[in-house]
Order: sequence, then structure tokens, then C-alpha cells
Amino acid sequence: MIRELDVKEITQTIKRLCIEANEQLGEDVLTCFHQARQNEPSPVGQEILDQLIENARIAREEKVPMCQDTGLAVIFLEIGQDLHLTGGDLTEAVNQGVREGYGEGYLRKSACHPFTRKNTGDNTPAVIYLDLVPGDRLKLWVVPKGGGSENMSRIFMLPPSAGLPGIKEKIVETVKEAGPNPCPPTIIGVGIGGTFEQAALQAKKSLLRPLGSPNPDPELDQLEKEILGLINNLGIGPQGLGGRTTSLAVHIRLLPCHIASFPLAVNVQCHASRHMEVTL
Amino acid sequence: MPKTVYLNTPLTDEAVTSLEIGDKVFLSGVVYSARDAAHKRLIDLLDAGKSLPFDPQGQVIYYVGPSPAKPGRVIGAAGPTTSYRMDAYAPRLMELGLKGMIGKGKRAQSVKEAMVKYKAVYFGGTGGAGALIARSIKEVEIIAYEELGPEAIRRMVVENFPAVVINDTQGRDLYEEGIKAYRVL
Repeated sequence: MIRELDVKEITQTIKRLCIEANEQLGEDVLTCFHQARQNEPSPVGQEILDQLIENARIAREEKVPMCQDTGLAVIFLEIGQDLHLTGGDLTEAVNQGVREGYGEGYLRKSACHPFTRKNTGDNTPAVIYLDLVPGDRLKLWVVPKGGGSENMSRIFMLPPSAGLPGIKEKIVETVKEAGPNPCPPTIIGVGIGGTFEQAALQAKKSLLRPLGSPNPDPELDQLEKEILGLINNLGIGPQGLGGRTTSLAVHIRLLPCHIASFPLAVNVQCHASRHMEVTL
Repeated sequence: MPKTVYLNTPLTDEAVTSLEIGDKVFLSGVVYSARDAAHKRLIDLLDAGKSLPFDPQGQVIYYVGPSPAKPGRVIGAAGPTTSYRMDAYAPRLMELGLKGMIGKGKRAQSVKEAMVKYKAVYFGGTGGAGALIARSIKEVEIIAYEELGPEAIRRMVVENFPAVVINDTQGRDLYEEGIKAYRVL
């Protein structure tokens, strides 16, 4: 029996999640803010963390976006191979959800032509990634991604001889050079291996993992903690004003790569780490 | 020792030169919003020998592209955007008397030098605290480039807008000095 799903339901869900993701900071991020507030020795750093906690409360209670940069709408879809989508074009259904969410939610439209800088007016096109998976369900994530932290992201095609020390050095260097620009405390998404574009996509996908959850691979989990320690030794702190909380977490995803290659992508995520997921 | 200062715009040379990095400032009065596209247009006007939509003398520019206001509100979320993208334009505006910039993130050496030369300061707002900061914005009026949407130039009346002095007229930089106490080499 093939299950059917009308794409209108996808439109409605994306519309709702675009608004909710921008107004409601996840509990995982808030928990990290509170923990960081306990551990942060810098008075100005403590004050910034208090402001971020207060900002999240205002956004949730007054239903306003937590940040004016409500991002490009990045949408991940995992579609069960036994699911039959009806009622129209999936891509258009996703874009329509973004259009309605950003319009009716009074969210900022930030999509523009790269040369003319002319705004597309409705925050489309969405950035859509599809994965085909077993089953007859559809799982989707709405991930508004701001420009300030995206601009500080980097990709490196390292020689295999760089090894683990090379990876650590480049990640820490990326965070150091970014300094205050990407709105620390940040979350550092890391993609290792794969091809050029796969590394970047893995880095972005790693940001979907809830903060505070361990990496399923114990070795990578250890590496994440070690790199987080190196990053927080930089002293950059909340908003770059000095402190011990430069990043809240490092998340790593890894794929096999070519024998000649050692790709590394670092996707920097600001503290307004917005992502919502639902299964239809 | 950093101090807390309540300042009214427009800013005088005296007020600006009394500020030091780390000072906590609450700004009240008029500030003008402008970011990437608006800055380009301002500089194009100057290059063409034309006058600007507002006189920068003594003024403060806020690097912000707010989200749209919901009905009954004057503005949506309105935190600072990253400032380095305005570095190419900022010295020219300081030459014309601009006294303050509000943004987030590092400035170029050329901008820091212009702040010393023309007596101007760079204030940091808390990036990503757009809902909180919006509370200090009381009136908003678009005065130029409405077609740029979030990038239009807005005349904003603010009350006790919270900021920190990042770069002062002595050429000091809080981002460089602030991290020293917490860095482990």
C-alpha cells in the first residue's frame, strides 16, 4: 500500500516552522546559554549571555524574531521511498511555504541577486536538500541561516599528510579569524571527507544535531570536545568582548574521501541556532 | 576603568573624545540606519557631487536591516549587522562629520585610523539580540531608498540604546584588548 501525502501539507508545515523557528529558540540552545552563564568568568561575557537569554524570552513571548536576520530558508527533506506526493510540484510547495511563512510572519526577506543585489522579495528560492530513505514518511527540517555567520565559514582541501593536527589547526584558525563577526558564542559545524561539496553539506547537517547530545562515534565525540577546548582557549568570548565561551559546541560528521584528498568544511553557526523538525 | 555613560545624539567632539573602549553607553536621540546597499548609494551620491539624504555632521549610523514591523509595533527585530562590509565607505562619512557607528565585528585598520583622525567612535551592539534591542527604538521613519526594503535608510529615535565602545579616538580596540585576559596560549 503506497501512502499518499498532499504537498499542500508540506507548504503549511514549512510556513509554520519558518515562523516558529525564528521566534522560538530551542531548549537545547537555551540550556547551553544557562550553563555558559554559570561558567563564564568574564563580567561582560556574563552580561551578554544574560541579554541573549532575555532576548530569547522576549522573542518567544511577544512572537517577534529573535534576530532581524531571519536567514535564507534552508530546508532538509528526507522522503520515504514508499511515499507518493500528490497535489503538485514539491519544490514549488516548499517555496510557497517559505513565501507564506516569511510574508505572514513578518520575517525579513534576505534573498537577492548576487550582482544587482535586487531582493527577490519573498525570501525564495529556498535552499532545498533531498534525501531518499526507506519507509513511507517525510521528515523535514527548517533551518533559517543568517548571513553573518555563513560569511565566516570556510572550506579547505587539505593534503592527506595534514592529518588530525591539520584539521584541528584549520578549525581553530577559522574561529580565530572570525573573531567577533559571526556572533559568538557560536556552534561549529564540521564536515570531514567526501568531495568538495559533500564536506560543506556535512558541516551544515551537523548543525541539526541537538546541542548537548554526544556524537554517535565515540572517537569523533572525543575530537569534538578537544577542539572545543582549543577554541575556548582563544579567549574571544561572547560577542568577541573577551571570555571563555567562544563556542558552545563543535559537531563533526565524517565521510570517506578520495585517496588523494582530505576535505574539511567549517560551517560557523551564530548563537541564534534555529532549526525545527517534523515528521509527516 | 570602563564607565557607564548616558549620551544624547547628535554627538559633540567633546563627548566622543571622552569615551574609551569598554565604556557602556546608553544612546538616546536620533540615529540613522544604513547598511550595504544604502552605503554604496551614499558614496555614489558624494562621487557625483550631490548632497546626501541626511547631513552626517555629528550623527550616528546604525548598521541594521530590521525585520518588518508587525501591526501595532514601530519595528521588528533590529540588532546590528556585521560592520566590516561598510569599511570601504565609513572613512568618507567620518570626513563629513559622522561621529558614531553602531554595529558588530571587527573594523579595518583604515577605519580605526579614520576614527582617530576625525574623532569618531565605533559602538558594538549585541549581535543576535534583535528582539531585545528593538525595545529601545521608539520611532522609525524611512527617509530614503524605500525600494531597498530592509536596507532602506531609516531615521530612528532611540531611548537608552545599549552599546559598548569597541574603538575609541585613541585608536584602541576592545576586541584586541578584551580577549587578552581570557586567552590561554
